[in-house]
Amino acid sequence: MQLTQRAKQVDRRPMTFVESLYLWNIAKGMWITFTHLFKKRPTINYPEQTRSFSKVFRGLHVLNRDAEGRENCTACGLCAVACPAEAITMEAAERLPGEENLYREEKYAAKYEINMLRCIFCGLCEEACPKDAIYLSQTFAPANYGRKGFIYKKDELLIPHPVNDPQGYQKAREEKSGKVK
Amino acid sequence: MLLNIYIDWAFVLEKFLLVAVIVTLSLVIAMYTTYAERKVAAWLQDRRGPNRAGPFGLLQPLADGGKLFFKEEIIPLASSKFLFILGPSLAMITATLTSAVIPWGTSLHLFGRDISLQIADVNIGILYIFGVVSLGVYGIMIGGWASNNKFSLLAAIRGASQMISYELAMGLALIALLMMTGSLQMSVIVKNQVANGWHIIYQPLGFLIFFVCALAECNRTPFDLAEAENELNFGYHQEYSSMKLGFYLFAEYINMFISSAVMSTLYFGGYDIPFVNEAAWNIDANLLALIGFAVLMAKTFFFLFVFLWIRWTIPRFRYDQLMNLGWKKLIPLALINMVVTAAVILWLKK
Ligand code: SF4
Ligand code: SF4
Repeated sequence: MQLTQRAKQVDRRPMTFVESLYLWNIAKGMWITFTHLFKKRPTINYPEQTRSFSKVFRGLHVLNRDAEGRENCTACGLCAVACPAEAITMEAAERLPGEENLYREEKYAAKYEINMLRCIFCGLCEEACPKDAIYLSQTFAPANYGRKGFIYKKDELLIPHPVNDPQGYQKAREEKSGKVK
Repeated sequence: MLLNIYIDWAFVLEKFLLVAVIVTLSLVIAMYTTYAERKVAAWLQDRRGPNRAGPFGLLQPLADGGKLFFKEEIIPLASSKFLFILGPSLAMITATLTSAVIPWGTSLHLFGRDISLQIADVNIGILYIFGVVSLGVYGIMIGGWASNNKFSLLAAIRGASQMISYELAMGLALIALLMMTGSLQMSVIVKNQVANGWHIIYQPLGFLIFFVCALAECNRTPFDLAEAENELNFGYHQEYSSMKLGFYLFAEYINMFISSAVMSTLYFGGYDIPFVNEAAWNIDANLLALIGFAVLMAKTFFFLFVFLWIRWTIPRFRYDQLMNLGWKKLIPLALINMVVTAAVILWLKK
Protein backbone atom coordinates (compact mmCIF):
# COMPACT_ATOMS: atom_id res chain seq x y z
CA MET A 1 0.00 0.00 0.00
CA GLN A 2 1.32 3.38 -0.88
CA LEU A 3 1.07 5.82 2.01
CA THR A 4 2.37 8.96 0.38
CA GLN A 5 2.88 10.27 -3.12
CA ARG A 6 6.57 10.73 -2.50
CA ALA A 7 7.43 7.14 -1.65
CA LYS A 8 10.47 6.00 -3.59
CA GLN A 9 11.71 2.52 -4.22
CA VAL A 10 15.12 1.93 -2.63
CA ASP A 11 17.67 0.88 -5.20
CA ARG A 12 19.27 -2.26 -3.80
CA ARG A 13 21.14 -3.38 -6.86
CA PRO A 14 24.74 -4.33 -6.10
CA MET A 15 27.28 -1.65 -6.92
CA THR A 16 28.93 -1.75 -10.32
CA PHE A 17 32.71 -1.66 -10.43
CA VAL A 18 32.81 2.06 -11.19
CA GLU A 19 30.41 2.76 -8.36
CA SER A 20 32.45 0.66 -6.00
CA LEU A 21 35.41 2.93 -6.64
CA TYR A 22 33.21 5.63 -5.07
CA LEU A 23 34.94 8.28 -7.16
CA TRP A 24 32.00 9.67 -9.08
CA ASN A 25 29.78 9.90 -6.02
CA ILE A 26 32.57 11.44 -4.01
CA ALA A 27 33.08 14.02 -6.74
CA LYS A 28 29.38 14.86 -6.61
CA GLY A 29 29.51 15.23 -2.85
CA MET A 30 32.58 17.38 -3.03
CA TRP A 31 30.91 19.66 -5.53
CA ILE A 32 28.02 20.14 -3.12
CA THR A 33 30.29 21.07 -0.24
CA PHE A 34 32.32 23.29 -2.53
CA THR A 35 29.27 25.36 -3.44
CA HIS A 36 28.72 25.90 0.27
CA LEU A 37 32.00 27.79 0.44
CA PHE A 38 30.26 30.66 -1.30
CA LYS A 39 26.97 30.59 0.51
CA LYS A 40 25.86 33.34 2.81
CA ARG A 41 26.42 32.48 6.46
CA PRO A 42 23.32 32.76 8.60
CA THR A 43 25.42 33.33 11.74
CA ILE A 44 24.81 36.37 13.90
CA ASN A 45 28.06 37.33 15.64
CA TYR A 46 26.48 37.36 19.03
CA PRO A 47 28.15 39.80 21.38
CA GLU A 48 28.69 42.33 18.60
CA GLN A 49 25.39 41.80 16.86
CA THR A 50 22.20 40.84 18.56
CA ARG A 51 18.93 39.78 17.17
CA SER A 52 15.97 41.82 18.42
CA PHE A 53 13.42 39.97 20.48
CA SER A 54 9.83 39.74 19.41
CA LYS A 55 7.49 42.44 20.65
CA VAL A 56 5.89 40.11 23.13
CA PHE A 57 9.13 38.70 24.53
CA ARG A 58 8.95 38.20 28.28
CA GLY A 59 12.26 38.68 30.03
CA LEU A 60 13.55 39.85 33.35
CA HIS A 61 11.16 41.50 35.79
CA VAL A 62 11.25 45.17 36.64
CA LEU A 63 9.56 46.75 39.64
CA ASN A 64 8.06 49.98 38.49
CA ARG A 65 8.11 53.49 39.94
CA ASP A 66 5.81 56.32 39.09
CA ALA A 67 6.91 59.59 37.52
CA GLU A 68 8.06 61.02 40.86
CA GLY A 69 10.10 57.96 41.63
CA ARG A 70 7.81 56.34 44.17
CA GLU A 71 7.51 52.59 44.17
CA ASN A 72 4.22 51.38 42.78
CA CYS A 73 4.02 48.08 44.59
CA THR A 74 1.62 47.85 47.49
CA ALA A 75 2.53 44.34 48.54
CA CYS A 76 -0.92 43.00 47.85
CA GLY A 77 0.52 39.60 47.03
CA LEU A 78 -1.62 39.06 43.94
CA CYS A 79 1.45 38.42 41.81
CA ALA A 80 2.68 35.75 44.20
CA VAL A 81 -0.74 34.12 44.13
CA ALA A 82 -0.88 34.24 40.36
CA CYS A 83 2.59 32.87 39.94
CA PRO A 84 2.37 29.23 38.80
CA ALA A 85 5.99 28.60 39.71
CA GLU A 86 5.76 30.11 43.17
CA ALA A 87 8.78 32.19 42.45
CA ILE A 88 7.79 35.36 44.25
CA THR A 89 8.20 36.04 47.97
CA MET A 90 7.52 39.31 49.70
CA GLU A 91 7.14 40.94 53.05
CA ALA A 92 4.85 43.87 53.51
CA ALA A 93 5.45 46.91 55.68
CA GLU A 94 3.48 50.03 56.51
CA ARG A 95 4.54 53.34 55.10
CA LEU A 96 5.59 55.68 57.92
CA PRO A 97 4.98 59.39 57.90
CA GLY A 98 7.70 61.09 55.91
CA GLU A 99 8.10 58.18 53.49
CA GLU A 100 5.49 59.46 51.08
CA ASN A 101 8.16 60.30 48.54
CA LEU A 102 9.37 56.68 48.58
CA TYR A 103 6.22 54.62 48.32
CA ARG A 104 3.06 55.51 46.50
CA GLU A 105 0.69 53.47 48.65
CA GLU A 106 0.30 53.21 52.40
CA LYS A 107 1.55 49.68 52.39
CA TYR A 108 4.65 48.67 50.54
CA ALA A 109 6.89 45.68 49.96
CA ALA A 110 9.78 45.81 52.39
CA LYS A 111 11.20 42.70 50.85
CA TYR A 112 10.44 41.48 47.35
CA GLU A 113 12.28 38.52 45.86
CA ILE A 114 11.91 36.57 42.63
CA ASN A 115 13.75 33.32 42.21
CA MET A 116 14.83 33.40 38.58
CA LEU A 117 15.59 29.68 38.62
CA ARG A 118 11.97 28.92 39.44
CA CYS A 119 10.40 31.58 37.28
CA ILE A 120 9.08 30.38 33.94
CA PHE A 121 8.66 33.91 32.58
CA CYS A 122 4.98 33.41 31.93
CA GLY A 123 4.12 37.00 32.72
CA LEU A 124 1.15 36.16 34.91
CA CYS A 125 2.54 38.34 37.70
CA GLU A 126 2.43 41.29 35.34
CA GLU A 127 -1.15 40.55 34.43
CA ALA A 128 -2.23 40.06 38.01
CA CYS A 129 -0.77 43.31 39.31
CA PRO A 130 -3.45 45.95 39.97
CA LYS A 131 -0.90 48.70 40.51
CA ASP A 132 1.14 48.40 37.32
CA ALA A 133 4.03 47.71 39.65
CA ILE A 134 5.73 44.80 37.93
CA TYR A 135 6.40 44.09 34.30
CA LEU A 136 8.63 41.85 32.25
CA SER A 137 11.34 43.60 30.26
CA GLN A 138 13.20 42.60 27.10
CA THR A 139 16.39 41.44 28.81
CA PHE A 140 17.17 38.10 30.37
CA ALA A 141 18.89 36.99 33.53
CA PRO A 142 22.66 36.86 33.03
CA ALA A 143 24.70 33.84 34.10
CA ASN A 144 25.76 33.59 37.70
CA TYR A 145 28.23 31.62 39.78
CA GLY A 146 25.82 30.42 42.46
CA ARG A 147 22.18 29.63 42.95
CA LYS A 148 21.87 32.42 45.50
CA GLY A 149 22.73 34.92 42.80
CA PHE A 150 19.61 34.01 40.92
CA ILE A 151 17.31 35.14 43.72
CA TYR A 152 16.77 38.70 42.64
CA LYS A 153 16.13 41.20 45.44
CA LYS A 154 14.50 44.56 45.29
CA ASP A 155 17.69 46.41 44.46
CA GLU A 156 18.12 44.29 41.32
CA LEU A 157 14.49 44.47 40.32
CA LEU A 158 13.65 48.12 40.89
CA ILE A 159 13.72 50.43 37.93
CA PRO A 160 16.25 53.32 38.29
CA HIS A 161 14.91 56.46 39.91
CA PRO A 162 13.42 58.76 37.24
CA VAL A 163 14.54 61.94 38.99
CA ASN A 164 17.89 60.91 40.48
CA ASP A 165 19.00 58.73 37.57
CA PRO A 166 17.06 59.88 34.51
CA GLN A 167 19.43 58.17 32.06
CA GLY A 168 19.11 54.76 33.67
CA TYR A 169 15.39 55.23 33.90
CA GLN A 170 15.21 56.12 30.21
CA LYS A 171 17.23 53.05 29.28
CA ALA A 172 15.03 50.78 31.35
CA ARG A 173 11.95 52.30 29.74
CA GLU A 174 13.40 51.61 26.32
CA GLU A 175 14.13 48.01 27.19
CA LYS A 176 10.54 47.73 28.19
CA SER A 177 9.73 48.84 24.61
CA GLY A 178 6.28 50.19 25.02
CA LYS A 179 4.69 47.39 26.95
CA VAL A 180 3.33 49.59 29.74
CA LYS A 181 1.98 52.99 28.88
CA MET B 1 96.61 7.60 15.41
CA LEU B 2 94.76 10.72 14.52
CA LEU B 3 92.14 10.54 11.87
CA ASN B 4 92.46 13.62 9.82
CA ILE B 5 88.89 14.33 8.77
CA TYR B 6 88.20 17.45 6.84
CA ILE B 7 84.97 19.04 7.88
CA ASP B 8 83.39 21.68 5.73
CA TRP B 9 81.94 23.84 8.49
CA ALA B 10 80.11 26.14 6.11
CA PHE B 11 78.40 23.12 4.65
CA VAL B 12 77.39 21.85 8.08
CA LEU B 13 76.09 25.27 9.06
CA GLU B 14 74.17 25.62 5.84
CA LYS B 15 72.51 22.25 6.23
CA PHE B 16 71.81 22.90 9.88
CA LEU B 17 70.09 26.17 9.06
CA LEU B 18 68.12 24.53 6.29
CA VAL B 19 66.96 21.76 8.60
CA ALA B 20 65.97 24.27 11.24
CA VAL B 21 64.06 26.40 8.76
CA ILE B 22 62.23 23.49 7.20
CA VAL B 23 61.31 21.83 10.48
CA THR B 24 60.09 25.14 11.87
CA LEU B 25 58.21 25.78 8.69
CA SER B 26 56.49 22.43 8.76
CA LEU B 27 55.60 22.91 12.43
CA VAL B 28 54.13 26.35 11.79
CA ILE B 29 52.27 25.13 8.74
CA ALA B 30 50.93 22.16 10.70
CA MET B 31 49.82 24.59 13.39
CA TYR B 32 47.96 26.69 10.94
CA THR B 33 46.54 23.65 9.22
CA THR B 34 44.63 22.97 12.42
CA TYR B 35 43.29 26.50 12.13
CA ALA B 36 42.54 26.01 8.44
CA GLU B 37 40.83 22.74 9.23
CA ARG B 38 38.44 24.45 11.57
CA LYS B 39 37.88 27.34 9.21
CA VAL B 40 37.30 25.14 6.17
CA ALA B 41 35.00 22.89 8.17
CA ALA B 42 33.05 25.93 9.20
CA TRP B 43 32.84 27.35 5.69
CA LEU B 44 31.72 24.07 4.20
CA GLN B 45 29.00 23.93 6.83
CA ASP B 46 27.92 27.56 6.43
CA ARG B 47 29.47 28.55 9.74
CA ARG B 48 32.16 31.09 10.55
CA GLY B 49 34.74 29.07 12.42
CA PRO B 50 37.14 30.36 15.08
CA ASN B 51 37.17 34.15 15.07
CA ARG B 52 37.70 35.18 18.66
CA ALA B 53 41.43 34.75 19.37
CA GLY B 54 43.11 37.60 17.55
CA PRO B 55 42.05 39.04 14.20
CA PHE B 56 40.09 36.39 12.25
CA GLY B 57 40.93 33.99 15.07
CA LEU B 58 44.52 33.77 13.85
CA LEU B 59 45.88 33.18 17.34
CA GLN B 60 43.63 30.16 17.81
CA PRO B 61 46.42 27.58 17.24
CA LEU B 62 48.53 29.29 19.92
CA ALA B 63 45.63 29.20 22.31
CA ASP B 64 45.07 25.52 21.55
CA GLY B 65 48.74 24.71 22.03
CA GLY B 66 48.87 26.66 25.28
CA LYS B 67 45.84 24.84 26.53
CA LEU B 68 47.37 21.46 25.73
CA PHE B 69 50.58 22.38 27.56
CA PHE B 70 48.70 23.30 30.71
CA LYS B 71 46.60 20.15 30.79
CA GLU B 72 47.37 17.59 33.41
CA GLU B 73 49.67 14.85 32.23
CA ILE B 74 48.16 11.46 32.92
CA ILE B 75 50.02 8.22 32.42
CA PRO B 76 47.71 5.30 33.16
CA LEU B 77 48.96 3.05 35.94
CA ALA B 78 48.54 -0.14 33.96
CA SER B 79 50.35 1.16 30.91
CA SER B 80 53.93 0.42 30.09
CA LYS B 81 55.51 3.75 30.71
CA PHE B 82 58.44 3.67 28.34
CA LEU B 83 56.37 2.61 25.35
CA PHE B 84 53.62 5.00 26.35
CA ILE B 85 56.00 7.92 25.98
CA LEU B 86 57.75 6.44 22.97
CA GLY B 87 54.54 6.28 20.94
CA PRO B 88 53.87 9.99 20.44
CA SER B 89 57.58 10.76 20.21
CA LEU B 90 57.95 8.30 17.37
CA ALA B 91 54.92 9.70 15.60
CA MET B 92 56.37 13.19 15.82
CA ILE B 93 59.91 12.21 14.83
CA THR B 94 58.86 10.24 11.76
CA ALA B 95 56.52 13.03 10.73
CA THR B 96 59.32 15.60 10.72
CA LEU B 97 61.98 13.28 9.25
CA THR B 98 60.31 12.94 5.87
CA SER B 99 60.87 16.53 4.84
CA ALA B 100 64.59 15.87 4.43
CA VAL B 101 64.54 14.62 0.86
CA ILE B 102 61.97 16.93 -0.67
CA PRO B 103 63.52 19.45 -3.05
CA TRP B 104 61.97 22.70 -1.87
CA GLY B 105 63.43 24.65 -4.74
CA THR B 106 66.44 24.92 -7.01
CA SER B 107 69.47 26.38 -5.31
CA LEU B 108 70.27 29.73 -3.80
CA HIS B 109 73.54 31.40 -4.67
CA LEU B 110 74.73 33.17 -1.54
CA PHE B 111 78.22 34.17 -0.30
CA GLY B 112 79.82 32.48 -3.26
CA ARG B 113 78.24 29.13 -2.47
CA ASP B 114 75.50 27.20 -4.13
CA ILE B 115 73.03 26.32 -1.42
CA SER B 116 70.67 23.59 -2.52
CA LEU B 117 67.18 23.95 -1.11
CA GLN B 118 67.05 20.24 -0.45
CA ILE B 119 68.40 18.93 2.81
CA ALA B 120 69.71 15.65 1.45
CA ASP B 121 69.66 14.72 -2.21
CA VAL B 122 70.05 11.01 -1.59
CA ASN B 123 69.73 8.75 -4.59
CA ILE B 124 67.06 6.64 -2.91
CA GLY B 125 64.88 9.60 -1.97
CA ILE B 126 61.52 7.92 -2.46
CA LEU B 127 62.58 4.74 -0.72
CA TYR B 128 63.68 6.87 2.22
CA ILE B 129 60.26 8.50 2.38
CA PHE B 130 58.56 5.14 2.25
CA GLY B 131 60.81 3.77 4.94
CA VAL B 132 60.19 6.65 7.30
CA VAL B 133 56.47 6.74 6.62
CA SER B 134 56.12 3.06 7.39
CA LEU B 135 57.93 3.72 10.67
CA GLY B 136 55.03 6.02 11.46
CA VAL B 137 52.85 2.95 11.92
CA TYR B 138 54.83 2.15 15.03
CA GLY B 139 53.82 5.42 16.63
CA ILE B 140 50.21 4.37 16.39
CA MET B 141 50.78 0.72 17.22
CA ILE B 142 52.99 1.36 20.21
CA GLY B 143 50.69 4.07 21.51
CA GLY B 144 47.66 1.84 21.22
CA TRP B 145 49.43 -1.13 22.74
CA ALA B 146 51.04 0.69 25.63
CA SER B 147 47.79 2.34 26.69
CA ASN B 148 46.50 -1.02 27.89
CA ASN B 149 43.00 -0.19 26.76
CA LYS B 150 40.79 -2.33 24.53
CA PHE B 151 39.67 0.53 22.35
CA SER B 152 43.16 1.86 21.83
CA LEU B 153 44.42 -1.60 20.97
CA LEU B 154 41.61 -2.22 18.49
CA ALA B 155 42.24 1.14 16.89
CA ALA B 156 45.95 0.49 16.71
CA ILE B 157 45.40 -2.85 15.00
CA ARG B 158 43.01 -1.26 12.56
CA GLY B 159 45.38 1.58 11.89
CA ALA B 160 48.32 -0.71 11.35
CA SER B 161 46.54 -3.06 8.97
CA GLN B 162 45.10 -0.14 7.07
CA MET B 163 48.44 1.55 6.63
CA ILE B 164 50.18 -1.64 5.58
CA SER B 165 47.44 -2.48 3.05
CA TYR B 166 47.50 0.92 1.46
CA GLU B 167 51.25 1.15 1.38
CA LEU B 168 51.19 -1.71 -1.11
CA ALA B 169 48.99 0.07 -3.61
CA MET B 170 50.94 3.25 -3.07
CA GLY B 171 54.20 1.52 -3.82
CA LEU B 172 52.78 -0.09 -6.96
CA ALA B 173 51.48 3.26 -8.18
CA LEU B 174 54.93 4.69 -7.64
CA ILE B 175 56.71 1.94 -9.54
CA ALA B 176 54.99 3.11 -12.72
CA LEU B 177 56.28 6.59 -12.01
CA LEU B 178 59.79 5.34 -11.36
CA MET B 179 59.79 3.45 -14.63
CA MET B 180 59.23 6.75 -16.36
CA THR B 181 61.97 8.64 -14.59
CA GLY B 182 64.39 5.78 -14.12
CA SER B 183 65.53 7.21 -10.82
CA LEU B 184 64.57 7.22 -7.16
CA GLN B 185 66.24 10.56 -6.61
CA MET B 186 63.73 13.29 -5.86
CA SER B 187 65.68 16.03 -7.62
CA VAL B 188 65.94 13.94 -10.78
CA ILE B 189 62.21 13.29 -10.69
CA VAL B 190 61.51 17.00 -10.52
CA LYS B 191 64.02 17.83 -13.25
CA ASN B 192 62.43 15.20 -15.45
CA GLN B 193 59.10 16.95 -15.00
CA VAL B 194 60.57 20.38 -15.72
CA ALA B 195 61.89 18.99 -18.98
CA ASN B 196 59.06 16.71 -20.10
CA GLY B 197 55.90 18.00 -18.47
CA TRP B 198 54.28 17.03 -15.24
CA HIS B 199 53.79 13.40 -14.37
CA ILE B 200 50.09 13.93 -13.74
CA ILE B 201 49.66 14.11 -17.52
CA TYR B 202 51.21 10.69 -18.02
CA GLN B 203 50.07 9.05 -14.81
CA PRO B 204 46.60 10.30 -13.91
CA LEU B 205 45.48 6.90 -12.62
CA GLY B 206 48.72 6.49 -10.73
CA PHE B 207 48.21 9.85 -9.09
CA LEU B 208 44.66 9.00 -8.11
CA ILE B 209 45.79 5.78 -6.47
CA PHE B 210 48.66 7.56 -4.79
CA PHE B 211 46.34 10.25 -3.50
CA VAL B 212 43.81 7.80 -2.07
CA CYS B 213 46.60 5.89 -0.39
CA ALA B 214 48.09 9.10 0.97
CA LEU B 215 44.74 9.82 2.62
CA ALA B 216 44.83 6.38 4.18
CA GLU B 217 48.45 6.77 5.27
CA CYS B 218 47.69 10.04 7.00
CA ASN B 219 44.68 8.51 8.76
CA ARG B 220 42.45 11.12 7.25
CA THR B 221 38.77 10.81 6.57
CA PRO B 222 37.39 8.76 4.88
CA PHE B 223 40.07 6.42 6.20
CA ASP B 224 40.28 7.63 9.79
CA LEU B 225 39.35 4.27 11.21
CA ALA B 226 42.18 4.41 13.70
CA GLU B 227 40.53 7.29 15.49
CA ALA B 228 36.89 6.56 14.81
CA GLU B 229 35.33 8.60 17.57
CA ASN B 230 31.92 7.04 17.53
CA GLU B 231 32.97 3.41 17.58
CA LEU B 232 36.33 3.43 19.35
CA ASN B 233 35.79 6.43 21.62
CA PHE B 234 38.90 8.19 20.46
CA GLY B 235 41.06 5.55 18.91
CA TYR B 236 44.68 4.82 19.67
CA HIS B 237 45.31 8.05 21.57
CA GLN B 238 42.41 7.68 23.94
CA GLU B 239 44.55 7.41 27.07
CA TYR B 240 46.77 10.28 26.11
CA SER B 241 46.47 13.70 27.58
CA SER B 242 48.26 17.02 27.50
CA MET B 243 51.05 17.51 24.97
CA LYS B 244 51.42 13.79 24.25
CA LEU B 245 47.96 13.89 22.76
CA GLY B 246 48.97 17.13 21.10
CA PHE B 247 51.95 15.37 19.50
CA TYR B 248 49.74 12.70 17.99
CA LEU B 249 47.31 15.23 16.59
CA PHE B 250 50.13 17.44 15.45
CA ALA B 251 52.00 14.61 13.77
CA GLU B 252 48.91 13.95 11.69
CA TYR B 253 48.95 17.51 10.42
CA ILE B 254 52.66 17.43 9.68
CA ASN B 255 52.11 14.19 7.78
CA MET B 256 49.42 15.87 5.78
CA PHE B 257 51.71 18.73 4.93
CA ILE B 258 54.56 16.44 3.96
CA SER B 259 52.42 14.15 1.85
CA SER B 260 50.95 17.16 0.10
CA ALA B 261 54.48 18.30 -0.64
CA VAL B 262 55.44 14.82 -1.84
CA MET B 263 52.43 14.68 -4.13
CA SER B 264 53.21 18.09 -5.60
CA THR B 265 56.79 17.00 -6.08
CA LEU B 266 56.12 13.63 -7.63
CA TYR B 267 53.16 14.42 -9.83
CA PHE B 268 52.80 18.18 -10.12
CA GLY B 269 56.25 19.27 -11.04
CA GLY B 270 57.55 20.31 -7.62
CA TYR B 271 58.98 23.79 -7.86
CA ASP B 272 58.27 24.01 -11.58
CA ILE B 273 56.23 27.03 -12.57
CA PRO B 274 53.42 25.83 -14.82
CA PHE B 275 52.93 26.97 -18.45
CA VAL B 276 56.13 29.02 -18.68
CA ASN B 277 59.74 28.32 -19.38
CA GLU B 278 61.32 30.11 -16.45
CA ALA B 279 64.84 29.27 -17.58
CA ALA B 280 64.35 31.76 -20.43
CA TRP B 281 63.35 34.57 -18.11
CA ASN B 282 66.81 35.85 -17.55
CA ILE B 283 66.27 36.97 -13.97
CA ASP B 284 68.30 36.50 -10.83
CA ALA B 285 68.70 32.81 -9.96
CA ASN B 286 68.04 33.49 -6.28
CA LEU B 287 64.77 35.18 -7.08
CA LEU B 288 63.85 32.32 -9.35
CA ALA B 289 64.58 29.81 -6.58
CA LEU B 290 62.33 31.74 -4.21
CA ILE B 291 59.55 31.90 -6.79
CA GLY B 292 59.92 28.17 -7.32
CA PHE B 293 59.64 27.64 -3.58
CA ALA B 294 56.50 29.76 -3.46
CA VAL B 295 55.03 27.78 -6.35
CA LEU B 296 55.72 24.51 -4.58
CA MET B 297 54.10 25.91 -1.45
CA ALA B 298 51.05 26.98 -3.43
CA LYS B 299 50.66 23.47 -4.82
CA THR B 300 51.13 22.02 -1.36
CA PHE B 301 48.52 24.30 0.13
CA PHE B 302 46.13 23.32 -2.58
CA PHE B 303 46.51 19.67 -1.65
CA LEU B 304 46.15 20.51 2.01
CA PHE B 305 42.89 22.19 1.16
CA VAL B 306 41.77 19.11 -0.74
CA PHE B 307 42.59 17.00 2.31
CA LEU B 308 40.38 19.21 4.46
CA TRP B 309 37.72 19.44 1.83
CA ILE B 310 37.49 15.67 1.59
CA ARG B 311 37.37 15.30 5.34
CA TRP B 312 34.36 17.55 5.64
CA THR B 313 32.54 15.93 2.73
CA ILE B 314 32.83 12.17 2.98
CA PRO B 315 31.80 9.95 5.86
CA ARG B 316 34.14 7.27 7.15
CA PHE B 317 34.42 3.94 5.34
CA ARG B 318 33.33 0.78 7.04
CA TYR B 319 36.23 -1.51 7.82
CA ASP B 320 35.33 -4.15 5.22
CA GLN B 321 34.79 -1.46 2.60
CA LEU B 322 38.21 -0.10 3.41
CA MET B 323 39.87 -3.47 2.98
CA ASN B 324 37.87 -4.22 -0.18
CA LEU B 325 38.85 -0.92 -1.69
CA GLY B 326 42.48 -1.39 -0.80
CA TRP B 327 43.04 -4.99 -1.80
CA LYS B 328 40.44 -5.64 -4.49
CA LYS B 329 40.28 -2.31 -6.27
CA LEU B 330 43.36 -0.19 -5.75
CA ILE B 331 46.00 -2.90 -5.94
CA PRO B 332 44.66 -4.44 -9.20
CA LEU B 333 44.27 -0.97 -10.68
CA ALA B 334 47.80 -0.09 -9.67
CA LEU B 335 49.08 -3.32 -11.20
CA ILE B 336 47.28 -2.63 -14.48
CA ASN B 337 48.62 0.91 -14.45
CA MET B 338 52.12 -0.45 -13.93
CA VAL B 339 51.89 -3.04 -16.71
CA VAL B 340 50.41 -0.56 -19.18
CA THR B 341 53.10 1.99 -18.37
CA ALA B 342 55.79 -0.61 -18.81
CA ALA B 343 54.34 -1.73 -22.13
CA VAL B 344 54.09 1.82 -23.42
CA ILE B 345 57.64 2.60 -22.39
CA LEU B 346 58.94 -0.53 -24.13
CA TRP B 347 56.92 0.25 -27.24
CA LEU B 348 58.20 3.83 -27.37
CA LYS B 349 61.80 2.75 -26.91
CA LYS B 350 61.64 0.23 -29.75
S1 SF4 C 1 6.76 35.46 35.20
FE1 SF4 C 1 5.34 33.84 35.82
S2 SF4 C 1 6.70 32.40 36.86
FE2 SF4 C 1 7.84 34.29 36.72
S3 SF4 C 1 7.45 35.35 38.62
FE3 SF4 C 1 5.92 36.09 37.16
S4 SF4 C 1 4.16 34.75 37.45
FE4 SF4 C 1 5.91 33.75 38.42
S1 SF4 D 1 3.83 43.71 42.30
FE1 SF4 D 1 1.71 44.24 41.95
S2 SF4 D 1 0.62 42.33 42.38
FE2 SF4 D 1 2.67 42.09 43.25
S3 SF4 D 1 2.44 42.71 45.33
FE3 SF4 D 1 3.13 44.49 44.20
S4 SF4 D 1 1.24 45.54 43.68
FE4 SF4 D 1 0.65 43.47 44.25
